[in-house]
Amino acid sequence: MKAKAYDEMTTADGAVRPHYAEFAAWLASQPKETLARKREEADLVFHRLGITFAVYGEAEGTERLIPFDQIPRILPAAEWTKLAAGLRQRVRALNAFLGDIYHGQEILKAGHIPAMQVLQNVQYRPEMQGLDVPGGIYAHIAGVDLVRAGEGEFYVLEDNLRVPSGVSYMLEDRRMMMRLFPDLFARHKIAPVEHYPDTLLEVLRTVAPVGVSNPTVALLTPGAHNSAYFEHAFLAQQMGIELVEGQDLFVADEQVFMRTTQGPRQVDVIYRRLDDDFIDPLAFRQDSMLGVPGLLSVYRAGRITLANAIGTGVADDKSIYPYVPDMVRFYLGEEPILNNVPTYMLRKPDDLAYTLDHLAELVVKEVHGSGGYGMLVGPAATKQEIEDFRARIIASPDKYIAQPTLALSTCPIFVDSGIAPRHIDLRPFVLSGREIRIVPGGLTRVALREGSLVVNSSQGGGTKDTWVLEN
Amino acid sequence: MLSRTADHLYWMARYTERAENLARMLDVTQRMSLLHGNQIDEAGWTAALAIAGCEASYRKTYDKVTPGGVLRHLTFDTDNAASIMRCLKAARENAHAVRGTLTSELWETINDTWIKVRESSPTIVEGNGAGEFFEWVKYRSHLSRGVTIGTMLQDEALWFARLGTYLERADSTARILDVKFQALLPEGSDAGDDADNAGDYYQWSTLLRSVSAFEIYRKVYRDRITPRRVAELFILRDDMPRSLHHCLDEVHALLNRVGNRQSAETERRAGLLHSSLQYGRIEDIFAEGLHPFLLDFLARAADLSERIANDFLVPKH
Repeated sequence: MKAKAYDEMTTADGAVRPHYAEFAAWLASQPKETLARKREEADLVFHRLGITFAVYGEAEGTERLIPFDQIPRILPAAEWTKLAAGLRQRVRALNAFLGDIYHGQEILKAGHIPAMQVLQNVQYRPEMQGLDVPGGIYAHIAGVDLVRAGEGEFYVLEDNLRVPSGVSYMLEDRRMMMRLFPDLFARHKIAPVEHYPDTLLEVLRTVAPVGVSNPTVALLTPGAHNSAYFEHAFLAQQMGIELVEGQDLFVADEQVFMRTTQGPRQVDVIYRRLDDDFIDPLAFRQDSMLGVPGLLSVYRAGRITLANAIGTGVADDKSIYPYVPDMVRFYLGEEPILNNVPTYMLRKPDDLAYTLDHLAELVVKEVHGSGGYGMLVGPAATKQEIEDFRARIIASPDKYIAQPTLALSTCPIFVDSGIAPRHIDLRPFVLSGREIRIVPGGLTRVALREGSLVVNSSQGGGTKDTWVLEN
Repeated sequence: MLSRTADHLYWMARYTERAENLARMLDVTQRMSLLHGNQIDEAGWTAALAIAGCEASYRKTYDKVTPGGVLRHLTFDTDNAASIMRCLKAARENAHAVRGTLTSELWETINDTWIKVRESSPTIVEGNGAGEFFEWVKYRSHLSRGVTIGTMLQDEALWFARLGTYLERADSTARILDVKFQALLPEGSDAGDDADNAGDYYQWSTLLRSVSAFEIYRKVYRDRITPRRVAELFILRDDMPRSLHHCLDEVHALLNRVGNRQSAETERRAGLLHSSLQYGRIEDIFAEGLHPFLLDFLARAADLSERIANDFLVPKH
């Protein structure tokens, strides 16, 4: 049986939580028609601005809007302060882990993590071994997925350290809410998020190669057919930097240059939204047309910064995830502030046996999967789906982990019949440069289907504005 | 500006202009062929294929040159990369790639043109609908050019788009003039003669209309139509917006604006070609031969295009 979910707005006995009191009063005073009209207005504006994402496997032109819900997800100041401290701690530990496994591998020698789990992981990049990166930072941009479970406590679901996306929706959702309901912003003291692109640019500039005083930053995109292309173009424009594709860059004299109409222009920092595998056809996938031949050699010579660094995937891999609390203790000598979800590693016979016995209760995930693809949500699956998955697990158990099904917290959304609770998560964006910066809040994703726990936009999820109240 | 961005803007404008010029050329071919009554003007339609550079691709699909075949091949044939349909598609694809650089009005205009032409039935160019279709293509080209000038920031982005427009237009005007002159004025005839018989008069006036220059001719010369003056208007009049001279005024000035460290030679060649039009005389051109003159012009315009690509748009480094 699934435990009752924690609701962000109301307590179990139906009382409005204090930090939602002002909003609830406002909502009660709004005529239904006004709210309906505002929903239409939001749809129209999002369409006109072209805030869409391309859907893989569908013909060109089938760009979809990510549904936007107008009821904000509100976090009180004290709760956010604790979360932010936990996020800082976790990302510091993860960066320390990456620096360690690509240098002395102390954590492996100390026996906290089985060495083969790291060194034989496909996301472990031997090319990074012994390489120093500016400031020792590997994951400059981390999108840490948090969920709140039955009792109201937060858990980290995954640490996205490769090319996390979604921040453009955080910014657009806020802009839209301010446009639709300016009076709400007058009634609340809401921490601003609009400075995210400036903060990101500052962070990227602080991690330029040593000796570069006025670094040129560019955003590398796989191109217009990528599902997150809108976000790439949006961030480049907001930061005032060039949006480049692989073909716009070339390597000469151990430097990376952009081809411009005024001749070659040196690039010092690349905010890349392209996976490791595609970034340099000479070093990784040879069939990649998206990358820059020779980029890795410049990188290894310390003449270009890549954000995020190559090889960060080994730290957000689901097979490494269970060890993150150990990393916090090992590198920082602190107790973890944020909880990990208990995780069964199916490469272990005991965990495998338990999981196979309890498939209907568990969530099973592919170790290297992402985006909500390739997972089984036991309580929501049909018998057939469970049996199909069982066969896949038995065929290669080490490809999977399992976790108890968390009763993700809910937040009300507008539905045709009025207002109803739906499950949500939270992805704050943690920026690491000379110091760690976090814009208050993050992206709240919501599973629009009743009872669904899958919030990914590729699987029919929507988004909400996220408010951190200031005291 | 990124070279790739400039390249997309340049080709967006070039393909838009090319679609317009194809429509103009086909329109004039069809009008001229009407003068032949029941006889099929095979020479005229073959010339149309030659101007569009599509003779070889046409022969692959069709045995005989017919008005219907040529119209189909040059308008809605999606297998022919030089058809109007494909030009409008290419213009839209180039615009899409740099959507962030365009104003939203410009993107919407170009996208709209593509959506409408994609939804049109190829049969509209059969029978009486062709003229209307050509008018529509011209109108959409006027619209996107107007929106370009009326909404875009006057920086490199605009200049590369304009460069594409004028290089394409110069190429097109030279081709139309060359092919039509060879057809209308066999070697040895005197270009100074009146277009004396009625048939000739209509042929020359139709050629003028193909570049929107019939009224211009009347205004400028206030006299009979002679082939020599038609050539002068097409080549040397800098106040005629589709003349070679006017196009080179613009190309030369735009190149000076966008010039970079390696483009000095390209600017020099553009200047040289420009001055030959600025100081050229129609008598001298005819004395040397119009056809060789135009062939030389086309080669030098192609050379400029290639040099612009190398210097700015797809530099080796």
